[in-house]
Amino acid sequence: MKKVVVLGGGVGGTIVANIVSRRLKKDANVTLVDKSGKHIYQPGFVYVAFGDEQIHNIIRDEGSLLNKDCKLIIKEATKIDPKDRKVVLDDGQSLDYDYLVIATGSRIVPEEVKGLKEGAHHFYDAEAAEKLRQALIAFAGGKVVVGVGGVPYKCPPAPAEAACQLDYYFKKRGIRDKVQIEFLSPLPRVFPLEAVNPFVTKIFEEKEVAYHTFFNVDYVDPEAKKVYSLEGESVDYDLLILVPPHRGAKVIEESGLGDRGGWIPTDKYTLQAKGFDDVYVVGDATDIPISKAGATAHYEAKIAANNIITQITGAGSLKHYDGKVRCFCDAGFKKGISLSFDYTHPPKPPSNLSLSAYLGKVILNKMYWLTIPSGRF
Amino acid sequence: MVEVKINRTVDARGSFCPGPLMELIRAVKEAQVGEVIEVLSSDQGSKRDIPLWVSKAGHILLNVNDNGGYTSFIVRKAK
Repeated sequence: MKKVVVLGGGVGGTIVANIVSRRLKKDANVTLVDKSGKHIYQPGFVYVAFGDEQIHNIIRDEGSLLNKDCKLIIKEATKIDPKDRKVVLDDGQSLDYDYLVIATGSRIVPEEVKGLKEGAHHFYDAEAAEKLRQALIAFAGGKVVVGVGGVPYKCPPAPAEAACQLDYYFKKRGIRDKVQIEFLSPLPRVFPLEAVNPFVTKIFEEKEVAYHTFFNVDYVDPEAKKVYSLEGESVDYDLLILVPPHRGAKVIEESGLGDRGGWIPTDKYTLQAKGFDDVYVVGDATDIPISKAGATAHYEAKIAANNIITQITGAGSLKHYDGKVRCFCDAGFKKGISLSFDYTHPPKPPSNLSLSAYLGKVILNKMYWLTIPSGRF
Repeated sequence: MVEVKINRTVDARGSFCPGPLMELIRAVKEAQVGEVIEVLSSDQGSKRDIPLWVSKAGHILLNVNDNGGYTSFIVRKAK
């Protein structure tokens, strides 16, 4: 029996654990280690912030999503030693492995931008999403500024989606005429994907979302209610929403496996950690220069699972990840866009906001638990 | 050409736009005023975006070298 250890119970780790344990019942023992034992559907956070979803609907016990042949350990991994093929947990326990899957995701580090923690809201964890929900309820008028506090960050379209949701939210409340919405982009354009940028710029103009490009946040002054850029500009706000900077998981940094951002150098095709053919990396944890998003982790996990099975059984050949990402963005008013792209095909610019893309997101939000973590879809 | 001492080189080859620009911005943020950063990029969009950002942010683009397959941008932090 080969020992497969999976670190992280997010979408990527859960899919790999389920596929490998299902297909190699007699050939592999699969153990998944997760520090909280809770699986979160993170795209739901923005809906929590805008009052359309409740936290308890987007969190499930990881144990309920894993198939019965997979063992769950609710502990934090504190050290990975790929040379000795072992992982140390926070209780001192050591797990040996034949194959390791690192799906430890990313963590937000608001403390890396001065004043961000005190002066800005965000929707990148449950507590912050709930706090933002309350701040929005209390907001009666003024300027809402939304943007990116540092790169890279999870789900690149999320800030633009939030800007559209702000427009929708205040229109529903009948106070849109009392609210200015401004968007801060670190890039020379409002949307990260160049091919889609003209379309999103047009949507912003229609929704009267003003924008500042090349605005890389330097610091926030919560008392003066101003956000300053590295480029030397400043913007006043009444309510500030900034996606915090992200880093790789602590265990990656403390094990010396990451780059300066804590992301693991990973072969973009086989998804093996560079230098270790028995270590796979999926989801946000990689240094692959594509979107850090659930859809990325989903597609990568299926490739990583296949490749581990291939290595264990000796049958077939390693598959290559083609960089596939697909996502749905909800622009409010029951309209949205869907984007698909891979390493060699940039996304096709959508022609219109559509009901079908919105419904795609609604269906994913509802069906996620039944479909994605199992690895069958 | 006068030799410029490069304080830090960021190899962003293989990273797609806006990756190399973001790497440069991060390096400039971490650098001291006067230090020189070199960023290597194989992304075509960098040839447009990096000089634009350097100019907007008030730093100095000392040199751009096309090395066949990738471009190096040498930037001095000016403020």
